[in-house]
Order: sequence, then C-alpha cells, then structure tokens
Amino acid sequence: MANPKEARDSAGPAPAGAATAAPPPPADTVSCTIDGVPVTVPKGTRIIEAAEIAGVGISHYCYHPGLSAPAMCRQCLVEVQGMPKLQPACVTTVADGQVVLTESDRSRAARESNLEFYLLNHPLDCPICDKAGECKLQDFTHAEGRSHGRSVEPKRVLNQDDFGGAVLYEGDRCILCTRCVRFMREVAGNDALCVVQRGHRSVIDTFFEQGLEGDLWASNIVDICPVGALLSKDFLHKARVWDLDKEPSICPNCSQGCNITIETRDNLVARLRPRANSDVNSYWMCDVGRYGYDWFNRGNVPTGTLGNADTIGGGPNPTGRVEQPMVRDRTGRLRAASWQEAVRALVERLTALRGRGGVALVSPMFANEDAGLAARLLEVLGGGERLYRSEMAAEEVVCPGFPRLARRRELAANGRGLSAMGFRRVGDDSGAGALDALDVTGKLLLVLGDDLADSGESFGAGAGLFVYLGAFPGAAERNADFILPVTYFSEQEGTFTNLEGRVQRFWPALEPPPLARPAWQVLGVVLAGLEDAPAPASAASAFLRLGQLHDAFGGLSYDQLGARGALLNDPVRLAADSRR
Amino acid sequence: MAYPYRHEKETRVLSEHFGDPVARTLDGYRKRGGYQALARAIEMGRDAVIDEVKASGLRGRGGAGFPTGVKWSFMPREKKGPHYLVINADESEPGAFKDRELLRWTPHQMIEGALIGAYAIQAEHVYIYCRGEFFEPAQVVARAIEEAYNAGIAGRNVLGTGVAIDVTLHLGAGAYICGEETAQLNSLEGRRGQPRIKPPFPAVMGAFGRPTTINNVETVSAVPHIINRGSAWYKGFGTEKSAGTKLYNVSGHVVRRGNFEFPLGFPMHELIYDVCGGIRDGRQLKAVIPGGSSVPILRADECDIDLDYESVIAAGSMLGTASVIVMDDRTCMVKQVRRMVDFYTHESCGQCTPCREGTAWLGKILRRIEEGQGTEADLDLLLDLSANMTGTTICVLSDSAAAPVVSSIAKFKDEYLGHIHDGACPVAAVAVA
Ligand SMILES: Cc1cc2nc3c(=O)[nH]c(=O)nc-3n(C[C@H](O)[C@H](O)[C@H](O)COP(=O)(O)O)c2cc1C
Ligand code: SF4
Ligand code: SF4
Ligand code: SF4
Ligand code: FES
Repeated sequence: MANPKEARDSAGPAPAGAATAAPPPPADTVSCTIDGVPVTVPKGTRIIEAAEIAGVGISHYCYHPGLSAPAMCRQCLVEVQGMPKLQPACVTTVADGQVVLTESDRSRAARESNLEFYLLNHPLDCPICDKAGECKLQDFTHAEGRSHGRSVEPKRVLNQDDFGGAVLYEGDRCILCTRCVRFMREVAGNDALCVVQRGHRSVIDTFFEQGLEGDLWASNIVDICPVGALLSKDFLHKARVWDLDKEPSICPNCSQGCNITIETRDNLVARLRPRANSDVNSYWMCDVGRYGYDWFNRGNVPTGTLGNADTIGGGPNPTGRVEQPMVRDRTGRLRAASWQEAVRALVERLTALRGRGGVALVSPMFANEDAGLAARLLEVLGGGERLYRSEMAAEEVVCPGFPRLARRRELAANGRGLSAMGFRRVGDDSGAGALDALDVTGKLLLVLGDDLADSGESFGAGAGLFVYLGAFPGAAERNADFILPVTYFSEQEGTFTNLEGRVQRFWPALEPPPLARPAWQVLGVVLAGLEDAPAPASAASAFLRLGQLHDAFGGLSYDQLGARGALLNDPVRLAADSRR
Repeated sequence: MAYPYRHEKETRVLSEHFGDPVARTLDGYRKRGGYQALARAIEMGRDAVIDEVKASGLRGRGGAGFPTGVKWSFMPREKKGPHYLVINADESEPGAFKDRELLRWTPHQMIEGALIGAYAIQAEHVYIYCRGEFFEPAQVVARAIEEAYNAGIAGRNVLGTGVAIDVTLHLGAGAYICGEETAQLNSLEGRRGQPRIKPPFPAVMGAFGRPTTINNVETVSAVPHIINRGSAWYKGFGTEKSAGTKLYNVSGHVVRRGNFEFPLGFPMHELIYDVCGGIRDGRQLKAVIPGGSSVPILRADECDIDLDYESVIAAGSMLGTASVIVMDDRTCMVKQVRRMVDFYTHESCGQCTPCREGTAWLGKILRRIEEGQGTEADLDLLLDLSANMTGTTICVLSDSAAAPVVSSIAKFKDEYLGHIHDGACPVAAVAVA
C-alpha cells in the first residue's frame, strides 16, 4: 500500500530479528516481537494476551478474557508489519516472526481517533460518576486521548433506565462494548439484555419490562462495564473508589469460596468484588455472596469507650460486640479481665480438667487455623466430639457459563475444612438444633463462634468448664466461664477450605475492636501453657502447625497456597457430584 | 413498448424475459428452455460445473466482483456435514434495483442457477435471503419455489437424479447491513444482523457454523446460460477481465431510467446519452456514481469510460453493482453527499465505534455546512474523520460512508466553500428525486 506513514513506520526501528534469530521454539509455541520485546507463547495466543506477557498494555473495551471476543470496539487496533490494515489485537493470533508495533504512528492515531469518537456523545460527568477512578474511558483518554474535542455538535441525551435487580443503566455513558450483553448470554445463560436499535441510536436494554431481577449472577456486569454506564444500586454514590481500601479475601457466604476483594471505607465494607481465579470462580461471583456483607460490619462502628466491663453483665453493650476478655468470678458475675489474667486463669482451669475430654463446637465461618487449634485443645484435654452446625440451602445454583462455579448448598465457608479435621456436622439445615443432646457434664465445653442462638437456659451449665470464643456474647453470657473476644475472618489473616477442598488465603480487611484477637492466637497461647509447643507467632505458622496435626493439610504452606489456593491432600471430585 | 424500455443495442441474456408474465411460471420458463441446464449440470458432475464457471470468467455481481467459480472451489471437497448456499437478494443499496427485476420476472432462472450452484458445492439447502420490503418479488419467488417443489425440481429428488436440495425463502426485516454476507448469515440464524469478523470465512464456518457460499441473485442467474451455452460463449462477451453481460441499472437525471443489459465494458457515454436518452430537461451532466452509493463519485469530465471492473477502477471509482446514478448540474453535491451519509448513519449496525459514531458525526457536520453554518476547518475535519473511518472497521460500510465525502470534497470543493462563504447553496438545489 502506498501509505507514506506506513512506509515510515515499517522502515523505522523495526525490532525484528530478535525472535527470528533465536533457536527454533517447540512446535506448539510461536514467537513474535511486540514493540521490540520478544515473546514466545502457545499457538493460538492472541496479540493482546501476548502483549501482556511482554509487558505491553494494549487499550481495549469489548475484549474481556472471560467472554467471547467480537472485535467490535476497535480500540485495540495495532500495526502488524506486512499487513496493510491495522489488526484487532484481541482476536488476531500471534504468528511466528510477527512484528507488532503498538506505538507506531498509525496505531497511536487509530487509538486517539477511536477515543475521540467515544467522547462525541459521552457526558463526561466524571465528578458524579461512580466509575470515576477505575473507568477505562477516563484512563485511556487521559493516557492517549486528544487534549481538545473537535466536535461542536449537541450530544445525545438519554434517561437513566432501571434494569431491575440491583442494576441501573446510564445510557449516556454507555460505549456499547456489549460486555454486559455477552455476559448475560454466555455466563448467566439468558438473553436478559440486548442491543436495541442500530448505529448511533443503539442502546442496551432489557426485554420490555423483564429485567435482571432474580438473576443470581447479574451484578457482575457492573464490574465488567468499562465505564459508568451500569451502576450498582447498592454502591450508588456511596464512595469515591480512590477512597476505598482493598484487601483480597474469600467470600464466606457459601462453600464455593469465590475469590473476592473486600473494599472498605472508614472501616465499613462498601462493596465486595470478585477476584479472578480460574480454578474457582473465573471472574465472577453470585449476587447473594456479593451483597451479603452487612454482617462483616457488625460492631465495627467505633463507639468510644473501650472498657465497658460493667455494662456487659448488666445491660446491652453499645456495639453488641465482646470487647474485652470476660471471666466469671466466684459470685457468678462475668468480670472484665486483661488477656494476661484471662489466659492464666484459663490454663489453670484447663490443667485441672486434663483427661476429662469434652466437646468442641466450632462455627464453620472460622478459619482452618482457628478450628485446628480448637481441635488440638480438645485433644490435649483428652479428646471428645468435634462438631459444627451449618446452614444448607435447598438447592445448588450452577453458573451456566462456568459450571465449576455454583452457589453451593453448604452455605458455610469452611465446613469442608472442619470435616478434614474430624469435625462432624450436626443439627438441621437452618444451622440449628443438636445442642440439647450434648453431654458435657464435668467436661470441657469449648465453643468457637457458634452463636448458640437456639440454646436452652441451662446450656453449658453442667459443664466442667465452658469456654466461649466469639465476637458476640449472645447466649453464652448465661453460663460461660470465659468469654474471649475474637476476630471475624474479615479482620484477620487465615484460610478457608472450600467444598472442593481448595485451601485459600484471606487477609484482614477491617480493623477489629482493639482487644479482639484471632482465635488461633488465643488458642495458641493457651495451648503453650498446656503442652510443650510454642504459641504460633503468625497465621502462617499456625497454618504450618495445622499441617503437623492433620494429614489433609500436611505439606501445605502459605507460600504454596499463593493467591490461587491449593487442594487438600484428599479433595472431593467436584464436577462429578456437584449436582447432588 | 415492451418492459418499461428496451433498447435495440442491448444484449439480453438474463433479462430476455423481463416484462413477460408467462416466463414467470414454471411452464412458461420450461417452454423457454428452462431447467435444461440443471439436468445437464448434474450429468456433468460437480467438478466439471465448477471448472466451467471458472472458465466463463463470471464474477460476483453483488459488488465485490470476486470470481464465482473460484469462490465455489473454496468449499470443502470432502463433506463432513451440511453445506449451504445463500442467495443474496437483499438489494438495498441506494441506486441498485437490478436484483429486484430478476426476482420478479425470472424467479426460475435464479432458482435454476441456485440449484446448479448448490449441486456444485454439495449444499443440501439453498436459502434465498430476500429484502424485507420486496413484497411483490417475494411473492413471485415463493410461488416459483412451490412450483419447483411440486414438479420435483427442488426437494428430495432433484429431476429424478437422487440429488436432494431444499430451497427456502427467507425475508429480511429491512436492514441494509443484512446485505453484507456475514450479517446476512447472522440474520438468517435469527441473530442480530451484524457482520462477523473474518476469519473464519463463510466457506469454512458460515450459516449455522457450516461451510457456506453466498452468491448474489444476478450472479447465479447467469449460471444456467453458462452451462447451456458453454463458458467460451459467455466469455465471448465483455472484456478480458470482465466477462459476460451485466445489468446496468441507471437512475437519476436521465430521460429513461431502468435496467439495461450489455456486455461488460459498455461505454458510459453511450449508456447515458444514447440508451438512456441523455440528461433530462436539456441540462448538463455534473457527476456520476457508477456503482451504487458505496463507490466514489466521478465528475462529468471523468465519465468518458467503459463500464467494466478494471476501467472504472482506473478512473478512480468502482463498478460495484453497476448501479449508475446520474446527476445533472442542478444537483447540490453537499446535500447529495449528506443524504448518502444519512443513509449509512441510519444503516450502520453500530458495532464498530468509528462507523457508529463517525457516520453520525459526518452527517451533523455536513448538515451544518449545507445550512450555511460551516467553516473551512470543517472540511479538514471531514477528511480526517473519513480517514479514521476507513480501514478500521469490521465491514466496509464505514469506508463506504466516508468515500463520497472524500471524493466530493476532492472534486467539488468549490461547492462546499460556496456554502461556507455565502451561507447558502451556490447551486439551485434539486437533489436526485
Ligand atoms: C454493507 C454491504 C452491503 C451489501 N449488500 C449487498 C446486497 O444487498 N446484495 C448483494 O448481493 N451483496 C451485497 N453485499 C456484498 C456481499 O457481502 C457479498 O459480497 C455478495 O453477496 C457475494 O455475492 P457475489 O460473489 O455473487 O457477488 C454487501 C456488502 C456490504 C459490505
Ligand atoms: S452498559 Fe457498559 S458493559 Fe454494557 S455495553 Fe454499555 S459500556 Fe459496555
Ligand atoms: S457462589 Fe458462594 S462463594 Fe461465590 S459469591 Fe456466591 S455465596 Fe460467595
Ligand atoms: S463497519 Fe459499520 S456496519 Fe460494518 S460492522 Fe462495523 S459498525 Fe457495523
Ligand atoms: S478490544 Fe479488540 S476490538 Fe474491542
């Protein structure tokens, strides 16, 4: 082609050679250079993916790694030497010896032009847009757009549309990348959204009045919308995204264990968003999990005074949360104690009970590390029943486009971890029952986290020692000898084991009350007083301890789990029985 | 006078029976030699049919002019599942009205050509994708299909040979973009009518994910004649690279508008001044769009050319569908181009950002200029936008919208400047009706 610009670019730095001169790569790989950086990738890899490996970012809108690629936004056009037209990097596969120039004059001009087209009708109302700060139109325009618009024509104005469910549509901001439409079709498995009209009159719409309500997966479209066209009703004008603190975590709202980010502002959860893990949840999470975060916040609102010792026995504590260790004195009153006092007293009482054994009732919303050391404590006391109670949904809801992902029947995050440590599930599908049948007379009753909401007046009264570790005193106030404030999963480091047997790490996202401690830490210190084992100094060493205690966790370490998790030594086969 | 108008210079092959209602019926068509080519083709065998069509030099009449026999040979020889043939009868380009006449006068000629094509590419099903607004032609075709089935021409046992080919008429819903072959396949499958990215090409993955060939109505209508009279006979018409006859569909400011069939390479001046009787009302020729609205405009002084694929390209435009739009000296080029851009704006499927946004923006700027509100900087902007819309999209609709803008600014800049400087149209504006 007699395009002078092209001739200049091709004759330019032309960083070829590097890849072609290298020794021939294996047959199932291809090598190319992208902006002079040589990369070797599996055959069939797209330029946009190879570029990422090469450390070259290519701006894009319609492409999303979890969806089909329609190559329609035209933002990712790049120059491929020897091809007359610019090629869409999102669908063009890498060929051997290919020379890709993302920074050539033609490539840059095409991106700049495309961004200009987008802004023709874009309201640029970033100051009131929830997406601002994480908006791809903002980012790419800032990086490569024109500094001045050339259009003097009036902009198109549409109204806000309620898509039903948790989602609003702000049509003026929509860049028609169709990610949302493709998500609904390819992942959620329905045609709830479509493009109506054509050309510049195109808008995204629901099918008449039938919207997204009732769809378990729909809110993912808010995450993948590159701009602020899809808004979460839950997050609407709640926070500017740059004010959010973000920590990787695991969704605790069912045993699937979707990888998430907990995003907080002022120590309150503002929203949850999925984190990619192709072994668990791809790029997605369900709406029940996504919006089930209120309970992470309970008691986190600062309330002023620290030591509310005198109110805890008598009246309601303003946050509802246990804020100090409480020990029952000889008069039968719960009194605030320092951790030192409480632990010393507890070790003393436990020593007296050695050999009697007991019952450990552990909530499956607590970490492997916590449950593992609770089991150990029971063991040291002479053994006994390890139990947990959990809620079960009526049925499993599989994600049509990614069947590994399902909202599971087992709703507790860590039931699988607990079973791997010999805990047995008791009670009914609402997570209640079985308490009255427990025989703890003269023995240790160790409860971790279970709220005992359905326990009777005298529950635990006859126990040799009733130790309660939890965030809320609840029914334990009646008869527990010790009430020890511990942190939620969202306030500490630890791991959950999902239904499949995948052990996954989470990190602290919220500040706990000042005196609350992770249960593994409390139990570790207590155990150090009972046996010849040093208290673990970190969650990582508590986890290593777990590996020594339970074969299923043997050989695993935090390093090995990394960000994606690793399977227990005896994982269940998910695909086969996921429907049961 | 016969069918609207016949000129004695015409070489009527495809259009021989235009205006003859009897030729529409199966009996009438058979009496005129119909369906002999189909029988003959099946006797010849698939390879021989493809070779014959290759040798004839027949090129696609849908606009791109790709050699038909070569296209057929792209279909897999070894059949691993259904193959399809789609007949593109979606003719909606401004200026084009040749397929409409073939559909309404000679439906059996098209069906026969389609059956031969289907046989050659081992397709068991022919879909005729007909423009939604073609109510009357669609009825004619539907009747012809029924006749063909009743006579054992289409269906399980074509002409008793054991070959099975079904024929289905499918009506579009009135979108120009569904004339683009991959958009047509989507529409046929019940999806949104928008072009697909290629590769994969239709011969590999077409309708319903199966190997598919798409041919224009006029293309397949020529095939029975090639089989009956041989490739050498067909190649005897036209030029070296543009073989055969072609329907020239002429519209605009000429005395006689209509379809006229000539061997390719027919001189444009002769077409306009002789066959069509010259410019209306004794006016002067100003410009011609030789191949439907998607091709660059030619100024009057560029129009003394032969109408074949290569000569029109040499003159800076394209033969396209040979839909010749003639404009006289009262035509306002700004308005004319703005109307074409409005058409593409309306018909863009909207997938590609440059096309979706660019077409509308071009239209807004052109309208401002037309209304006397433009500036000289707008012309640079128009050219820059047009460049940004060219070669950057999935299909060429975007390029087609930009082409008349670019060619009109190059060739009629004074007219744009007149609007800009005087605030009004320098030509007594009478657009093509
Ligand atoms: C925007 C657009 C519209 C088109 N419309 C038509 C049409 O209406 N009829 C047609 O036969 N081809 C049309 N085409 C060309 C087809 O894509 C295709 O090339 C043609 O049908 C192939 O048939 P042929 O090889 O027999 O010409 C169009 C192409 C484009 C890009
Ligand atoms: S709403 Fe968002 S995701 Fe959907 S098409 Fe518009 S910009 Fe893309
Ligand atoms: S599927 Fe389960 S783990 Fe995943 S988001 Fe939903 S509730 Fe959370
Ligand atoms: S160029 Fe225009 S008509 Fe063609 S696919 Fe893109 S948006 Fe659709
Ligand atoms: S990301 Fe490649 S065209 Fe949209």
